[in-house]
Amino acid sequence: MTAASPRTLYDKIWDAHVVKDLGGGSALIYIDRHLVHEVTSPQAFDGLRLNHRQPWRLGANLAVADHNVPTTPDRVQGIKDPISRAQVDALDANCAEYGITEFRMNDLRQGIVHVIGPEQGATLPGMTVVCGDSHTSTHGAFGALAFGIGTSEVEHALATQTLVLKKAKTMLIRVSGHVGPGVTAKDITLAIIGRIGTAGGTGHVIEYAGEVIEDLSMEGRMTLCNMAIEGGARAGLVAVDDKTIAYVKGRLYAPKPEHWDAAVADWKTLKSDPGARFDRVVEIDAASIEPQVSWGTSPEMVLPVGACVPDPAREADPVKRNGMEKALAYMGLAAGTPIDAIAIDKVFIGSCTNSRIEDMRAAAAVVKGRKKAANVKLAMVVPGSGLVKQQAEAEGLDRIFVEAGFEWREPGCSMCLAMNADRLEPGERCASTSNRNFEGRQGAGGRTHLVSPAMAAAAGIAGHFVDVRTLS
Amino acid sequence: MKAFTVVSSKIAPLDRPNVDTDAIIPKQYLKSIRRTGFGPFLFDDWRYLDAGDLEIDPATRRVNPDFVLNQPAHKGAQILIARNNFGCGSSREHAVWALDDYGFRAVIAPSFADIFFSNCFKNGVLPVVLKAEEVQAIFDGIAKNADAQFTIDLPAQQVRLPCGKAFSFEIDAGRKHNLVNGLDEIGLTLQQADAIRAYEARRRGEAPWLFQA
Ligand code: SF4
Repeated sequence: MTAASPRTLYDKIWDAHVVKDLGGGSALIYIDRHLVHEVTSPQAFDGLRLNHRQPWRLGANLAVADHNVPTTPDRVQGIKDPISRAQVDALDANCAEYGITEFRMNDLRQGIVHVIGPEQGATLPGMTVVCGDSHTSTHGAFGALAFGIGTSEVEHALATQTLVLKKAKTMLIRVSGHVGPGVTAKDITLAIIGRIGTAGGTGHVIEYAGEVIEDLSMEGRMTLCNMAIEGGARAGLVAVDDKTIAYVKGRLYAPKPEHWDAAVADWKTLKSDPGARFDRVVEIDAASIEPQVSWGTSPEMVLPVGACVPDPAREADPVKRNGMEKALAYMGLAAGTPIDAIAIDKVFIGSCTNSRIEDMRAAAAVVKGRKKAANVKLAMVVPGSGLVKQQAEAEGLDRIFVEAGFEWREPGCSMCLAMNADRLEPGERCASTSNRNFEGRQGAGGRTHLVSPAMAAAAGIAGHFVDVRTLS
Repeated sequence: MKAFTVVSSKIAPLDRPNVDTDAIIPKQYLKSIRRTGFGPFLFDDWRYLDAGDLEIDPATRRVNPDFVLNQPAHKGAQILIARNNFGCGSSREHAVWALDDYGFRAVIAPSFADIFFSNCFKNGVLPVVLKAEEVQAIFDGIAKNADAQFTIDLPAQQVRLPCGKAFSFEIDAGRKHNLVNGLDEIGLTLQQADAIRAYEARRRGEAPWLFQA
């Protein structure tokens, strides 16, 4: 390829990070930012110790405990569950031993790793960002190449500041036109997964483009890229624009004033060149996207709120039919049931998909002046970080939730994966703003329906799914 | 890392698409800070009738007789076969550790999720991509005879069936080399330390803001 040939955004970031070409499409790629959390790092630190290795560049790492931390106010007294506590203690001890910056559990800056990275400016345009967590794709909203890695790669990144990677294929998803009111980034990302399937992006890096993506706030772009992994892609990307730059400005890890102008000049080049070739292009008309609700046990099992639960008998592909039957049995749903007739037991508003200030505001706007339905046993709102929580409280959102009968919690992953005490009981049905509806994800036997914050809030008020656009 | 060359074994059939990492190893086990001991919890929700936890001895739990791995015919298999998009979901390497600890050396499927796929190679577990119809042929073969012996020959990049037929599979040359020789990737990369330092020096000049602490 000559220097003059048009390149995709992915090509540009890749090219800028090649330490060494290893042949056959593989390269040793430099890692600018490594985010660390308690679940996938202890074995990596052990590996370093066993082999007498040191972290390559301490300043590239930033650590936070999020998956196991309790979300109840009594956590200032420490974690009660001894196994969770051991894991968080291990992170604290490892970070202290090696000198890695960590936001500890009761630090105001603590929160879900994918919320705090951007919030602190630790995620910058054009960076390579990795974390031992699949939703690292979130950071692609900043025009950063960001992807999840396993624990062996966590150790590799710590020890060498690089990873051995094979170049991915590229996929452009262009969402043209404008979405209607009540349709959010979450609905867009769910609708895309419904369209391409959970393996649709496998082997690809997705770049999201089109007017709808340009219209989205940075929070919305994070929600979108967050679920690139649910579409099978290890990373999602959005080109840098003025919104990206404005978001980064003034944050803790943002470029120092003396580097700011040079950084901005560099970031402005972070978009695909006209005529750049993608391996696959998917065109979506924004006007076709409605508020979405997942009905099964895979994020691709998703439909507009006005639809009915599908009938496996009408599926021609036997493998798919079998998957649908298993999903309906697990979900306790009958084919043909209108989605807005499905009653729920719990509401969860939070997770790295939807726990930023904009999400809190969208949910609060729906519940304001209303009350949680009597059949809803628990509706919990879990902000993504201490700073999101502080901001929401400054805006009075916590009071709106509490007055409506929703619980207002401390930041963390919480019921997204139920590693702490927040979980569904067997058979319970939840309207959840998280990203995975796998069997048992929110607690053994629990049934998860993925929705936007506004739709989750509306379900909490109505007691069943309801088209948020019909609430007056 | 354990080397992988040739493995001959029967194959355990898991007839499901989209087997996700939560199903392979549920989250309560991710609280372990060790790398071993996950085998008894592999496919935990399907394998047992009662709920499990790190502190509960698996030997005291109620086994689900209907789950395929619990059927005597499939005991001892070192190869697992499943449908498309195996290993989707989270990045947890515990999924591969659990498969490995249980005794699986290889997984065959028509497709795998990316992170899981790459995690396999770090642990000496071989993910083999075959065509959907080849996977179907193996499922059919197991249904006729659960004891049938299959051979995965990594150097030859072949899965050999008991009937003598062989299916070829693709694999990245670098990954194959590391797996066949059981090489440690971090050690290999550290041989490039000078190249990494040279890259950093150049990059620090171009984009100094990336190196702020
Ligand atoms: S919020 Fe959920 S998906 Fe996000 S990092 Fe935490 S557990 Fe993972």
